[in-house]
Amino acid sequence: MNMQAIKTEPAKVLANSPAPVVALTPKRPPSLDKYTKAAKEVAVRVIPPLIVVTLLMVFWELVCRRAGSTLPPPSKVYKDTKELIFDPFFDHGGIDKGLFWHLSASLQRVAFGYSLAAVAGVALGTLVGQSVWAMRGLDPIFQVLRTIPPLAWLPLALAAFRDGQPSAIFVIFITSIWPIIINTAVGIRNIPQDYRNVAAVVQLNPLEFFWKVMIPSAAPYIFTGLRIGIGLSWLAIIAAEMLIGGVGIGFFIWDAWNSSHISEIILALFYVGIIGFVLDRAIAGLGHLVTHGTSAN
Amino acid sequence: MKPYLKLDHIDKVFTRGAASTEVLKDINLNIGKGEYVSIIGHSGCGKSTMLNIVAGLTTASVGCVLLEDREVNSPGPDRAVVFQNHSLLPWLTVYQNVQLGVDKVFAKSKTRAERDAWIMHNLNLVQMTHAKDKRPSEISGGMKQRVGIARALAMEPKVLLLDEPFGALDALTRAHLQDSVMALHQKLGNTIVMITHDVDEAVLLSDRIVMMTNGPSATIGEVLDVPLARPRKRLELATNAQYLKCRQRVLEFLYERHRFVEAA
Repeated sequence: MNMQAIKTEPAKVLANSPAPVVALTPKRPPSLDKYTKAAKEVAVRVIPPLIVVTLLMVFWELVCRRAGSTLPPPSKVYKDTKELIFDPFFDHGGIDKGLFWHLSASLQRVAFGYSLAAVAGVALGTLVGQSVWAMRGLDPIFQVLRTIPPLAWLPLALAAFRDGQPSAIFVIFITSIWPIIINTAVGIRNIPQDYRNVAAVVQLNPLEFFWKVMIPSAAPYIFTGLRIGIGLSWLAIIAAEMLIGGVGIGFFIWDAWNSSHISEIILALFYVGIIGFVLDRAIAGLGHLVTHGTSAN
Repeated sequence: MKPYLKLDHIDKVFTRGAASTEVLKDINLNIGKGEYVSIIGHSGCGKSTMLNIVAGLTTASVGCVLLEDREVNSPGPDRAVVFQNHSLLPWLTVYQNVQLGVDKVFAKSKTRAERDAWIMHNLNLVQMTHAKDKRPSEISGGMKQRVGIARALAMEPKVLLLDEPFGALDALTRAHLQDSVMALHQKLGNTIVMITHDVDEAVLLSDRIVMMTNGPSATIGEVLDVPLARPRKRLELATNAQYLKCRQRVLEFLYERHRFVEAA
Protein backbone atom coordinates (compact mmCIF):
# COMPACT_ATOMS: atom_id res chain seq x y z
CA MET A 1 0.00 0.00 0.00
CA ASN A 2 1.22 3.41 -0.81
CA MET A 3 0.68 5.64 2.17
CA GLN A 4 1.98 8.72 0.44
CA ALA A 5 -1.03 8.69 -1.85
CA ILE A 6 -3.44 9.40 0.94
CA LYS A 7 -1.30 11.79 2.87
CA THR A 8 -2.34 15.41 2.96
CA GLU A 9 -0.57 17.94 0.82
CA PRO A 10 1.94 19.38 3.26
CA ALA A 11 2.90 15.89 4.27
CA LYS A 12 3.63 15.04 0.66
CA VAL A 13 6.05 17.88 0.37
CA LEU A 14 7.81 16.68 3.43
CA ALA A 15 7.93 13.12 2.20
CA ASN A 16 9.50 14.15 -1.07
CA SER A 17 12.27 16.09 0.57
CA PRO A 18 13.49 13.93 3.38
CA ALA A 19 15.30 15.61 6.19
CA PRO A 20 19.06 15.52 5.71
CA VAL A 21 20.58 12.53 7.36
CA VAL A 22 23.12 13.53 9.93
CA ALA A 23 25.62 10.82 10.69
CA LEU A 24 25.83 10.48 14.42
CA THR A 25 29.29 9.83 15.73
CA PRO A 26 28.77 8.57 19.21
CA LYS A 27 31.41 9.77 21.56
CA ARG A 28 33.17 6.60 22.51
CA PRO A 29 35.28 7.00 25.58
CA PRO A 30 38.80 5.61 25.35
CA SER A 31 38.99 2.04 26.57
CA LEU A 32 40.98 2.96 29.67
CA ASP A 33 38.20 5.30 30.70
CA LYS A 34 35.68 2.56 30.19
CA TYR A 35 37.60 0.19 32.41
CA THR A 36 38.02 2.67 35.21
CA LYS A 37 34.31 3.40 34.99
CA ALA A 38 33.44 -0.29 35.21
CA ALA A 39 35.89 -0.74 38.05
CA LYS A 40 34.28 2.15 39.87
CA GLU A 41 30.85 0.61 39.49
CA VAL A 42 32.07 -2.68 40.91
CA ALA A 43 33.89 -0.88 43.70
CA VAL A 44 30.79 0.97 44.95
CA ARG A 45 28.97 -2.32 45.17
CA VAL A 46 31.73 -4.41 46.68
CA ILE A 47 33.59 -2.10 49.01
CA PRO A 48 30.80 -1.17 51.46
CA PRO A 49 29.86 -4.77 52.31
CA LEU A 50 33.57 -5.65 52.55
CA ILE A 51 34.10 -2.89 55.09
CA VAL A 52 31.11 -4.03 57.12
CA VAL A 53 32.26 -7.66 57.05
CA THR A 54 35.76 -6.66 58.14
CA LEU A 55 34.40 -4.58 61.01
CA LEU A 56 32.16 -7.44 62.12
CA MET A 57 35.11 -9.86 62.00
CA VAL A 58 37.24 -7.54 64.12
CA PHE A 59 34.40 -7.12 66.61
CA TRP A 60 33.83 -10.88 66.72
CA GLU A 61 37.55 -11.53 67.17
CA LEU A 62 37.75 -9.03 70.03
CA VAL A 63 34.69 -10.40 71.81
CA CYS A 64 35.58 -14.09 71.50
CA ARG A 65 39.34 -13.95 71.94
CA ARG A 66 39.35 -13.79 75.72
CA ALA A 67 39.80 -17.03 77.62
CA GLY A 68 36.65 -18.87 78.58
CA SER A 69 34.68 -17.63 75.59
CA THR A 70 31.98 -20.12 74.55
CA LEU A 71 32.34 -19.40 70.83
CA PRO A 72 35.59 -19.46 68.84
CA PRO A 73 36.93 -16.23 67.29
CA PRO A 74 37.33 -16.14 63.49
CA SER A 75 41.04 -16.85 63.68
CA LYS A 76 40.37 -20.06 65.55
CA VAL A 77 37.54 -21.01 63.19
CA TYR A 78 39.92 -20.70 60.29
CA LYS A 79 42.63 -22.71 62.06
CA ASP A 80 40.20 -25.49 63.02
CA THR A 81 38.52 -25.82 59.67
CA LYS A 82 41.47 -25.25 57.35
CA GLU A 83 41.37 -28.87 56.23
CA LEU A 84 37.65 -28.75 55.53
CA ILE A 85 38.01 -25.53 53.58
CA PHE A 86 40.90 -26.60 51.42
CA ASP A 87 39.90 -30.22 50.88
CA PRO A 88 36.15 -30.36 50.40
CA PHE A 89 36.33 -33.52 48.29
CA PHE A 90 37.75 -36.15 50.68
CA ASP A 91 35.69 -39.24 51.33
CA HIS A 92 36.63 -41.51 54.22
CA GLY A 93 33.53 -43.61 53.90
CA GLY A 94 30.29 -43.40 55.90
CA ILE A 95 29.44 -39.88 56.88
CA ASP A 96 33.08 -38.78 57.14
CA LYS A 97 33.09 -36.88 53.88
CA GLY A 98 34.19 -33.47 52.65
CA LEU A 99 31.79 -30.54 52.73
CA PHE A 100 31.26 -30.76 48.99
CA TRP A 101 29.61 -34.14 49.36
CA HIS A 102 27.40 -32.99 52.20
CA LEU A 103 26.31 -29.93 50.29
CA SER A 104 25.71 -31.81 47.08
CA ALA A 105 23.61 -34.41 48.92
CA SER A 106 21.47 -31.63 50.36
CA LEU A 107 21.24 -29.87 47.02
CA GLN A 108 20.15 -33.08 45.31
CA ARG A 109 17.31 -33.53 47.79
CA VAL A 110 16.27 -29.93 47.26
CA ALA A 111 16.50 -30.28 43.49
CA PHE A 112 14.28 -33.34 43.60
CA GLY A 113 11.65 -32.10 46.00
CA TYR A 114 11.63 -28.60 44.59
CA SER A 115 11.25 -29.73 40.96
CA LEU A 116 8.29 -31.86 41.93
CA ALA A 117 6.82 -28.93 43.85
CA ALA A 118 7.37 -26.57 40.91
CA VAL A 119 5.56 -28.83 38.44
CA ALA A 120 2.74 -29.79 40.80
CA GLY A 121 2.48 -26.25 42.17
CA VAL A 122 2.13 -24.60 38.77
CA ALA A 123 -0.40 -27.24 37.69
CA LEU A 124 -2.50 -26.91 40.85
CA GLY A 125 -2.16 -23.15 40.83
CA THR A 126 -3.42 -23.04 37.25
CA LEU A 127 -6.39 -25.21 38.20
CA VAL A 128 -7.25 -23.04 41.19
CA GLY A 129 -6.72 -19.83 39.24
CA GLN A 130 -8.76 -20.94 36.27
CA SER A 131 -11.70 -22.72 37.83
CA VAL A 132 -13.95 -21.05 40.35
CA TRP A 133 -15.11 -24.39 41.68
CA ALA A 134 -11.59 -25.71 42.10
CA MET A 135 -10.78 -22.55 44.01
CA ARG A 136 -13.78 -22.87 46.27
CA GLY A 137 -12.96 -26.50 46.96
CA LEU A 138 -9.21 -26.35 47.29
CA ASP A 139 -8.29 -22.90 48.50
CA PRO A 140 -9.49 -23.30 52.11
CA ILE A 141 -7.59 -26.58 52.35
CA PHE A 142 -4.43 -24.99 50.99
CA GLN A 143 -4.75 -22.10 53.39
CA VAL A 144 -4.82 -24.50 56.34
CA LEU A 145 -2.15 -26.89 55.09
CA ARG A 146 0.34 -24.17 54.25
CA THR A 147 0.53 -23.03 57.86
CA ILE A 148 1.82 -26.42 59.03
CA PRO A 149 5.55 -26.07 59.79
CA PRO A 150 7.73 -28.20 57.47
CA LEU A 151 9.17 -30.36 60.21
CA ALA A 152 5.74 -31.32 61.48
CA TRP A 153 5.34 -33.30 58.27
CA LEU A 154 8.54 -35.27 58.82
CA PRO A 155 7.24 -37.92 61.26
CA LEU A 156 4.25 -38.54 59.04
CA ALA A 157 6.51 -38.83 56.00
CA LEU A 158 8.81 -41.25 57.85
CA ALA A 159 5.81 -43.33 58.81
CA ALA A 160 4.62 -43.43 55.22
CA PHE A 161 7.93 -43.95 53.40
CA ARG A 162 9.89 -45.76 56.14
CA ASP A 163 13.08 -44.19 54.84
CA GLY A 164 14.92 -40.92 55.38
CA GLN A 165 15.62 -39.98 51.78
CA PRO A 166 12.07 -39.88 50.38
CA SER A 167 10.88 -38.30 53.62
CA ALA A 168 13.34 -35.43 53.29
CA ILE A 169 12.30 -34.95 49.68
CA PHE A 170 8.67 -34.96 50.72
CA VAL A 171 9.33 -32.29 53.35
CA ILE A 172 10.99 -30.12 50.69
CA PHE A 173 8.06 -30.70 48.38
CA ILE A 174 5.38 -29.88 50.90
CA THR A 175 7.24 -26.81 52.12
CA SER A 176 7.86 -25.18 48.80
CA ILE A 177 4.62 -26.03 47.00
CA TRP A 178 2.29 -23.57 48.79
CA PRO A 179 3.80 -20.28 47.66
CA ILE A 180 4.08 -21.69 44.14
CA ILE A 181 0.40 -22.70 44.08
CA ILE A 182 -0.83 -19.46 45.56
CA ASN A 183 1.24 -17.16 43.38
CA THR A 184 0.45 -19.11 40.23
CA ALA A 185 -3.26 -18.93 41.03
CA VAL A 186 -3.07 -15.18 41.53
CA GLY A 187 -1.14 -14.83 38.27
CA ILE A 188 -3.71 -16.86 36.35
CA ARG A 189 -6.60 -14.94 37.90
CA ASN A 190 -4.93 -11.69 36.86
CA ILE A 191 -4.63 -12.54 33.17
CA PRO A 192 -6.23 -9.51 31.52
CA GLN A 193 -9.59 -10.19 29.89
CA ASP A 194 -8.10 -8.71 26.71
CA TYR A 195 -5.65 -11.58 26.37
CA ARG A 196 -8.47 -14.05 26.89
CA ASN A 197 -10.48 -12.26 24.20
CA VAL A 198 -7.54 -12.40 21.80
CA ALA A 199 -7.16 -16.11 22.46
CA ALA A 200 -10.89 -16.60 21.91
CA VAL A 201 -10.92 -14.75 18.59
CA VAL A 202 -7.86 -16.66 17.39
CA GLN A 203 -9.50 -19.84 18.72
CA LEU A 204 -6.57 -21.22 20.64
CA ASN A 205 -7.37 -24.61 22.10
CA PRO A 206 -6.97 -25.06 25.88
CA LEU A 207 -3.47 -26.49 25.57
CA GLU A 208 -2.27 -23.69 23.29
CA PHE A 209 -3.94 -21.17 25.58
CA PHE A 210 -2.05 -22.64 28.53
CA TRP A 211 1.36 -22.47 26.85
CA LYS A 212 0.98 -19.35 24.75
CA VAL A 213 -1.06 -17.08 26.99
CA MET A 214 -1.47 -18.34 30.54
CA ILE A 215 2.08 -19.29 31.39
CA PRO A 216 3.77 -16.22 29.85
CA SER A 217 1.16 -13.88 31.28
CA ALA A 218 1.39 -15.36 34.76
CA ALA A 219 5.17 -15.87 34.58
CA PRO A 220 6.10 -12.91 36.80
CA TYR A 221 3.79 -14.21 39.51
CA ILE A 222 4.90 -17.80 39.04
CA PHE A 223 8.53 -16.82 39.44
CA THR A 224 7.74 -14.90 42.61
CA GLY A 225 6.27 -18.12 43.97
CA LEU A 226 9.21 -20.18 42.75
CA ARG A 227 11.62 -17.81 44.42
CA ILE A 228 9.85 -17.95 47.76
CA GLY A 229 9.64 -21.73 47.35
CA ILE A 230 13.35 -22.26 46.81
CA GLY A 231 14.16 -20.18 49.88
CA LEU A 232 11.74 -22.16 52.03
CA SER A 233 12.99 -25.51 50.78
CA TRP A 234 16.58 -24.60 51.60
CA LEU A 235 15.39 -23.62 55.09
CA ALA A 236 13.55 -26.88 55.50
CA ILE A 237 16.24 -29.24 54.25
CA ILE A 238 18.74 -28.24 56.93
CA ALA A 239 16.28 -28.94 59.71
CA ALA A 240 15.02 -32.15 58.13
CA GLU A 241 18.53 -33.52 57.66
CA MET A 242 19.36 -32.90 61.28
CA LEU A 243 16.63 -35.38 62.12
CA ILE A 244 17.04 -38.00 59.40
CA GLY A 245 20.85 -38.24 59.56
CA GLY A 246 23.09 -39.57 56.82
CA VAL A 247 25.00 -37.38 54.41
CA GLY A 248 23.86 -33.80 54.14
CA ILE A 249 24.82 -30.37 55.36
CA GLY A 250 22.09 -30.38 58.01
CA PHE A 251 23.37 -33.56 59.53
CA PHE A 252 26.94 -32.28 59.24
CA ILE A 253 25.97 -29.37 61.49
CA TRP A 254 24.22 -31.63 63.97
CA ASP A 255 27.17 -34.01 63.98
CA ALA A 256 29.59 -31.15 64.56
CA TRP A 257 27.50 -30.01 67.51
CA ASN A 258 27.52 -33.50 68.98
CA SER A 259 31.30 -33.61 68.68
CA SER A 260 31.63 -30.05 69.98
CA HIS A 261 33.30 -28.84 66.77
CA ILE A 262 31.87 -25.35 66.99
CA SER A 263 34.21 -24.03 64.30
CA GLU A 264 32.81 -26.54 61.82
CA ILE A 265 29.30 -25.38 62.58
CA ILE A 266 30.29 -21.83 61.80
CA LEU A 267 31.92 -22.84 58.52
CA ALA A 268 28.83 -24.86 57.56
CA LEU A 269 26.55 -21.92 58.33
CA PHE A 270 28.67 -19.77 56.06
CA TYR A 271 28.24 -22.25 53.21
CA VAL A 272 24.53 -22.64 53.85
CA GLY A 273 24.08 -18.89 53.64
CA ILE A 274 26.06 -18.55 50.44
CA ILE A 275 24.22 -21.40 48.73
CA GLY A 276 20.84 -20.11 49.80
CA PHE A 277 21.77 -16.77 48.31
CA VAL A 278 22.96 -18.35 45.07
CA LEU A 279 19.77 -20.43 44.74
CA ASP A 280 17.61 -17.35 45.22
CA ARG A 281 19.61 -15.40 42.65
CA ALA A 282 19.51 -18.29 40.21
CA ILE A 283 15.71 -18.49 40.28
CA ALA A 284 15.45 -14.70 40.06
CA GLY A 285 17.83 -14.71 37.08
CA LEU A 286 15.88 -17.49 35.39
CA GLY A 287 12.68 -15.51 35.91
CA HIS A 288 14.28 -12.44 34.40
CA LEU A 289 15.41 -14.48 31.42
CA VAL A 290 12.04 -16.15 30.85
CA THR A 291 9.92 -13.02 31.21
CA HIS A 292 12.41 -10.94 29.17
CA GLY A 293 12.61 -8.60 32.13
CA THR A 294 9.12 -7.39 31.33
CA SER A 295 6.13 -8.08 33.47
CA ALA A 296 2.80 -8.43 31.71
CA ASN A 297 1.32 -5.00 31.53
CA MET B 1 -29.33 -5.03 -0.52
CA LYS B 2 -28.75 -8.56 0.63
CA PRO B 3 -27.47 -8.53 4.21
CA TYR B 4 -24.04 -10.03 4.75
CA LEU B 5 -24.02 -9.54 8.48
CA LYS B 6 -27.39 -9.39 10.18
CA LEU B 7 -28.18 -8.51 13.77
CA ASP B 8 -31.60 -9.94 14.35
CA HIS B 9 -33.73 -8.63 17.25
CA ILE B 10 -30.92 -8.62 19.74
CA ASP B 11 -31.61 -7.96 23.41
CA LYS B 12 -28.98 -8.12 26.08
CA VAL B 13 -29.75 -8.32 29.76
CA PHE B 14 -27.01 -8.38 32.35
CA THR B 15 -28.01 -10.11 35.54
CA ARG B 16 -26.15 -9.69 38.75
CA GLY B 17 -27.83 -11.40 41.66
CA ALA B 18 -31.42 -10.26 41.81
CA ALA B 19 -30.84 -7.09 39.81
CA SER B 20 -30.92 -7.23 36.06
CA THR B 21 -30.20 -4.44 33.62
CA GLU B 22 -31.38 -4.41 30.08
CA VAL B 23 -28.49 -2.96 28.14
CA LEU B 24 -29.61 -3.48 24.57
CA LYS B 25 -33.14 -3.74 23.31
CA ASP B 26 -34.33 -4.90 19.95
CA ILE B 27 -31.25 -4.21 17.87
CA ASN B 28 -31.85 -4.83 14.19
CA LEU B 29 -29.17 -4.08 11.68
CA ASN B 30 -28.29 -5.34 8.23
CA ILE B 31 -24.80 -4.78 6.93
CA GLY B 32 -23.87 -5.36 3.33
CA LYS B 33 -20.65 -6.91 2.09
CA GLY B 34 -17.81 -4.41 1.87
CA GLU B 35 -19.72 -1.83 3.83
CA TYR B 36 -18.09 0.38 6.45
CA VAL B 37 -20.52 0.91 9.29
CA SER B 38 -19.85 3.01 12.37
CA ILE B 39 -21.75 2.72 15.60
CA ILE B 40 -21.82 5.91 17.59
CA GLY B 41 -23.38 6.79 20.90
CA HIS B 42 -22.64 8.15 24.33
CA SER B 43 -20.54 6.07 26.64
CA GLY B 44 -22.46 3.41 28.49
CA CYS B 45 -25.00 2.96 25.73
CA GLY B 46 -23.92 -0.59 25.02
CA LYS B 47 -21.90 -0.05 21.84
CA SER B 48 -19.11 -2.28 23.04
CA THR B 49 -21.57 -4.89 24.23
CA MET B 50 -23.09 -4.90 20.77
CA LEU B 51 -19.68 -5.37 19.15
CA ASN B 52 -18.83 -8.12 21.62
CA ILE B 53 -22.04 -9.90 20.69
CA VAL B 54 -21.09 -9.75 17.03
CA ALA B 55 -17.60 -10.96 17.91
CA GLY B 56 -19.11 -13.78 19.94
CA LEU B 57 -17.30 -12.72 23.10
CA THR B 58 -20.66 -12.08 24.76
CA THR B 59 -23.86 -13.93 23.99
CA ALA B 60 -27.10 -12.16 23.24
CA SER B 61 -29.96 -12.77 25.66
CA VAL B 62 -32.49 -12.76 22.85
CA GLY B 63 -32.00 -12.74 19.09
CA CYS B 64 -29.00 -13.75 17.05
CA VAL B 65 -26.22 -12.66 14.75
CA LEU B 66 -26.20 -14.06 11.23
CA LEU B 67 -23.12 -13.97 9.07
CA GLU B 68 -23.81 -15.10 5.50
CA ASP B 69 -27.12 -16.52 6.75
CA ARG B 70 -25.42 -18.65 9.37
CA GLU B 71 -25.79 -18.06 13.06
CA VAL B 72 -22.58 -17.16 14.86
CA ASN B 73 -22.49 -17.27 18.63
CA SER B 74 -18.90 -18.01 19.56
CA PRO B 75 -15.73 -16.07 18.80
CA GLY B 76 -13.81 -16.87 15.69
CA PRO B 77 -11.25 -15.50 13.24
CA ASP B 78 -13.98 -14.76 10.67
CA ARG B 79 -14.91 -11.81 12.90
CA ALA B 80 -11.51 -10.49 13.91
CA VAL B 81 -11.46 -7.72 16.47
CA VAL B 82 -9.11 -4.76 16.76
CA PHE B 83 -9.28 -3.93 20.44
CA GLN B 84 -9.25 -0.43 21.85
CA ASN B 85 -6.09 -0.95 23.84
CA HIS B 86 -4.36 -2.98 21.11
CA SER B 87 -4.17 -6.12 23.31
CA LEU B 88 -0.91 -7.31 21.87
CA LEU B 89 0.71 -10.03 23.92
CA PRO B 90 3.69 -8.26 25.49
CA TRP B 91 5.95 -11.30 25.58
CA LEU B 92 5.69 -11.85 21.83
CA THR B 93 7.35 -9.79 19.13
CA VAL B 94 5.32 -7.88 16.57
CA TYR B 95 5.82 -10.72 14.10
CA GLN B 96 4.85 -13.40 16.61
CA ASN B 97 1.72 -11.51 17.59
CA VAL B 98 0.51 -11.61 14.00
CA GLN B 99 1.77 -15.16 13.64
CA LEU B 100 -0.40 -16.35 16.53
CA GLY B 101 -3.55 -15.86 14.48
CA VAL B 102 -2.07 -16.79 11.12
CA ASP B 103 -0.72 -20.12 12.35
CA LYS B 104 -4.14 -21.07 13.67
CA VAL B 105 -6.24 -19.91 10.74
CA PHE B 106 -3.98 -21.18 7.97
CA ALA B 107 -2.55 -24.21 9.76
CA LYS B 108 -3.69 -26.52 7.00
CA SER B 109 -4.18 -24.30 3.97
CA LYS B 110 -0.75 -22.65 3.85
CA THR B 111 2.77 -23.98 4.16
CA ARG B 112 5.18 -22.50 6.66
CA ALA B 113 6.84 -20.37 3.99
CA GLU B 114 3.49 -19.15 2.71
CA ARG B 115 2.43 -18.22 6.23
CA ASP B 116 5.65 -16.31 6.73
CA ALA B 117 5.07 -14.42 3.49
CA TRP B 118 1.48 -13.73 4.49
CA ILE B 119 2.53 -12.34 7.89
CA MET B 120 5.08 -10.08 6.26
CA HIS B 121 2.51 -9.02 3.67
CA ASN B 122 0.11 -7.94 6.39
CA LEU B 123 2.79 -6.18 8.38
CA ASN B 124 3.66 -4.39 5.18
CA LEU B 125 0.04 -3.31 4.73
CA VAL B 126 0.28 -1.36 7.96
CA GLN B 127 3.93 -0.44 7.36
CA MET B 128 5.27 -2.23 10.36
CA THR B 129 7.79 -4.61 8.74
CA HIS B 130 10.66 -2.56 10.11
CA ALA B 131 9.63 -3.35 13.68
CA LYS B 132 8.80 -7.01 13.22
CA ASP B 133 11.26 -8.18 15.86
CA LYS B 134 10.36 -5.56 18.43
CA ARG B 135 8.21 -6.21 21.44
CA PRO B 136 5.05 -4.16 22.00
CA SER B 137 6.69 -2.26 24.87
CA GLU B 138 9.32 -0.97 22.43
CA ILE B 139 6.93 0.64 19.94
CA SER B 140 4.57 3.61 20.17
CA GLY B 141 0.83 3.48 20.78
CA GLY B 142 0.02 4.15 17.14
CA MET B 143 2.37 1.41 16.02
CA LYS B 144 0.81 -1.05 18.47
CA GLN B 145 -2.59 -0.30 17.02
CA ARG B 146 -1.20 -0.85 13.51
CA VAL B 147 0.04 -4.25 14.58
CA GLY B 148 -3.37 -4.93 16.10
CA ILE B 149 -4.92 -4.13 12.74
CA ALA B 150 -2.39 -6.32 10.93
CA ARG B 151 -3.13 -9.18 13.29
CA ALA B 152 -6.84 -8.88 12.59
CA LEU B 153 -6.42 -8.46 8.83
CA ALA B 154 -4.06 -11.43 8.64
CA MET B 155 -6.85 -13.73 9.78
CA GLU B 156 -8.71 -12.78 6.60
CA PRO B 157 -11.88 -12.03 8.50
CA LYS B 158 -15.25 -11.80 6.79
CA VAL B 159 -16.02 -8.89 9.06
CA LEU B 160 -13.48 -6.67 10.72
CA LEU B 161 -14.63 -5.34 14.08
CA LEU B 162 -12.98 -2.19 15.36
CA ASP B 163 -13.64 -1.36 19.01
CA GLU B 164 -12.77 2.33 19.35
CA PRO B 165 -9.50 1.58 17.61
CA PHE B 166 -8.20 5.14 17.72
CA GLY B 167 -9.59 6.11 21.11
CA ALA B 168 -6.32 5.86 23.00
CA LEU B 169 -4.23 7.75 20.45
CA ASP B 170 -3.26 11.39 20.18
CA ALA B 171 -5.05 13.48 17.55
CA LEU B 172 -2.27 13.46 14.95
CA THR B 173 -1.57 9.76 15.18
CA ARG B 174 -5.28 9.14 15.09
CA ALA B 175 -5.72 11.07 11.85
CA HIS B 176 -2.83 9.22 10.28
CA LEU B 177 -4.22 5.86 11.30
CA GLN B 178 -7.71 6.76 10.11
CA ASP B 179 -6.21 7.47 6.71
CA SER B 180 -4.48 4.11 6.81
CA VAL B 181 -7.66 2.26 7.67
CA MET B 182 -9.52 4.13 4.94
CA ALA B 183 -6.88 3.15 2.42
CA LEU B 184 -6.96 -0.47 3.56
CA HIS B 185 -10.73 -0.57 3.25
CA GLN B 186 -10.44 0.90 -0.23
CA LYS B 187 -7.84 -1.64 -1.22
CA LEU B 188 -9.11 -4.82 0.42
CA GLY B 189 -12.85 -4.14 0.44
CA ASN B 190 -13.40 -5.54 3.92
CA THR B 191 -16.70 -5.34 5.68
CA ILE B 192 -16.01 -3.20 8.72
CA VAL B 193 -17.99 -2.43 11.84
CA MET B 194 -16.44 0.28 13.97
CA ILE B 195 -17.35 1.59 17.40
CA THR B 196 -16.54 5.23 17.93
CA HIS B 197 -17.62 8.29 19.81
CA ASP B 198 -15.87 10.69 17.52
CA VAL B 199 -18.33 12.33 15.15
CA ASP B 200 -15.73 13.41 12.60
CA GLU B 201 -14.20 9.98 12.53
CA ALA B 202 -17.58 8.38 11.96
CA VAL B 203 -18.49 10.69 9.07
CA LEU B 204 -15.07 10.52 7.48
CA LEU B 205 -14.78 6.74 7.45
CA SER B 206 -18.27 5.33 7.21
CA ASP B 207 -20.77 4.43 4.54
CA ARG B 208 -23.43 4.41 7.20
CA ILE B 209 -23.56 5.68 10.76
CA VAL B 210 -25.67 3.85 13.29
CA MET B 211 -26.67 6.15 16.14
CA MET B 212 -27.54 4.59 19.45
CA THR B 213 -29.97 6.00 21.98
CA ASN B 214 -28.89 6.24 25.58
CA GLY B 215 -29.01 3.21 27.82
CA PRO B 216 -30.38 1.40 29.64
CA SER B 217 -32.38 -0.43 27.01
CA ALA B 218 -30.40 1.30 24.29
CA THR B 219 -31.46 0.72 20.76
CA ILE B 220 -30.72 2.06 17.31
CA GLY B 221 -32.10 5.57 17.15
CA GLU B 222 -31.26 6.46 13.60
CA VAL B 223 -29.16 5.23 10.71
CA LEU B 224 -27.53 7.86 8.54
CA ASP B 225 -26.21 7.24 5.05
CA VAL B 226 -23.00 9.07 4.26
CA PRO B 227 -23.19 9.62 0.50
CA LEU B 228 -19.64 10.91 0.10
CA ALA B 229 -17.60 9.54 -2.78
CA ARG B 230 -14.47 7.55 -2.06
CA PRO B 231 -11.59 7.97 -1.84
CA ARG B 232 -12.21 10.69 0.68
CA LYS B 233 -9.72 13.35 1.54
CA ARG B 234 -9.74 14.80 4.98
CA LEU B 235 -8.85 18.32 3.93
CA GLU B 236 -11.26 18.57 1.03
CA LEU B 237 -14.09 17.29 3.17
CA ALA B 238 -13.60 20.00 5.75
CA THR B 239 -15.50 22.37 3.51
CA ASN B 240 -17.72 19.87 1.74
CA ALA B 241 -21.40 20.72 2.23
CA GLN B 242 -22.49 17.11 2.24
CA TYR B 243 -19.93 16.24 4.87
CA LEU B 244 -20.98 19.12 7.06
CA LYS B 245 -24.61 18.15 6.74
CA CYS B 246 -23.90 14.58 7.86
CA ARG B 247 -21.82 15.84 10.70
CA GLN B 248 -24.62 18.20 11.70
CA ARG B 249 -27.12 15.35 11.72
CA VAL B 250 -25.01 13.21 14.00
CA LEU B 251 -24.30 16.08 16.33
CA GLU B 252 -27.98 16.94 16.54
CA PHE B 253 -28.82 13.37 17.36
CA LEU B 254 -26.17 13.09 20.05
CA TYR B 255 -26.49 16.48 21.69
CA GLU B 256 -30.11 17.51 21.20
CA ARG B 257 -32.36 14.56 20.89
CA HIS B 258 -30.36 12.08 22.92
CA ARG B 259 -28.38 14.19 25.25
CA PHE B 260 -26.22 12.27 27.61
CA VAL B 261 -27.70 12.50 31.08
CA GLU B 262 -25.14 11.88 33.75
CA ALA B 263 -26.43 9.21 36.06
CA ALA B 264 -26.17 11.06 39.36
